[in-house]
Amino acid sequence: MLDAIGNGLYGLIAGFTNLHWSNPIMIGVGGLLLYLAIKKDIEPLLLLPIGFGCILVNVPLAGLMEEEGFLRTIYDAGIATELFPLFIFIGIGAMTDFGPLLENPRIFLLGAAGQFGIFLTLALALALGFSKLDAVAIGVIGACDGPTAIYVSSKYAPHLLSAVSVAAYSYMSLVPIIQPPIMRFLTTEEERKINMGAVKRSVSKTTKILFPLVVTVIGGLIAPKGLPLFGTIMLGNLMRESGVVSRLTKASENEIANIVTLLLGISIGATMDGRNFLTPQTLMVLCLGFIAICLDTVCGVMFGKLLKVITGGKVNPLIGAAGISAYPMAARVAQREGQKYNPKNFLLMHAMGANTGGQVGSAMAAAVMLSVLKGMGII
Amino acid sequence: MDNWTFGITMIIVGMGGTILTMWLLSLLMGLLRKLFPYKKEEAGK
Repeated sequence: MLDAIGNGLYGLIAGFTNLHWSNPIMIGVGGLLLYLAIKKDIEPLLLLPIGFGCILVNVPLAGLMEEEGFLRTIYDAGIATELFPLFIFIGIGAMTDFGPLLENPRIFLLGAAGQFGIFLTLALALALGFSKLDAVAIGVIGACDGPTAIYVSSKYAPHLLSAVSVAAYSYMSLVPIIQPPIMRFLTTEEERKINMGAVKRSVSKTTKILFPLVVTVIGGLIAPKGLPLFGTIMLGNLMRESGVVSRLTKASENEIANIVTLLLGISIGATMDGRNFLTPQTLMVLCLGFIAICLDTVCGVMFGKLLKVITGGKVNPLIGAAGISAYPMAARVAQREGQKYNPKNFLLMHAMGANTGGQVGSAMAAAVMLSVLKGMGII
Repeated sequence: MDNWTFGITMIIVGMGGTILTMWLLSLLMGLLRKLFPYKKEEAGK
């Protein structure tokens, strides 16, 4: 009888006795993510479920990530199969107006330059001793694009998934803090004052409808391994521009995106078990991710300067910094920085063009990377 | 393949491949705009 009572009581304190030293720290990290989401309004749609998932998985003996645990079920259904990031991409495509990009197609190049940080960081990670596929997953943080980072890391370096996704989403939200000093350092005051004029509305509906089809076919032929990434964005965009499936478009950008964001966030948080997460490797991934975003900005602005020279001073290099995938934060940063030096300057629509170019560019860069890896026989 | 060769290959082919793809897409977009020019009537729709 006393034994039974003793065992019963032990059952109530087993959670405490099985607590690993890393669990309370990770519960604190989860709390910090919740604080950032709730009090600072930093990417709340993602950081809130990630933070809560992190807390859930660090409570011992609950078995949420063990076989048949509910978080494991969600993870296996959407992350292991890579479905969640692709569903999010359909929503992104449905939400994005590529009009400003199509007004000035050469801005596409800024969307490519803004991805160079991926490859430079990949090389840096290799130099620091990471394996090839780990370096690929770390480099892709430089896409500044959560779904792409999740897609690539869940497939090729699942043990880094939590660190890579937390880095990708955190730095994406910190773009307004990270980018301006780099933009100011690399440009002169005269360059920042360049007025690019107003964006005219001069793209036909046919062009807007053909755009996703051309990107899908041409991009798919060049980089077939990444077709799911940009193919889903383009599907969403085709639905939007065709105007004939408004119910599907609305569902993609609202209900589907919302549900998947919740499930994606909570299952990423569920990978943040302290025993695996609190390692020097995670710290290195976070540092390299930061470097990746900085390098993206440097390459984007430098390419903007090159375009300025080529066009005879018609391009403001600040919009180069918007050639990353953090939409629309990066475009707003370029607009704000431009207006600081020339209050009559309205760079927003030009920067939006570069920013949407960055969205295509990030998926395309990851696709190119995967196809090159396939070509080299590494995947 | 050693890490050095892999890293340099990824930088050259990855960055080059990305910019070439995007450049090709920008050319095609420019071509589409010429083939299907914007008509003022579309503004009213």
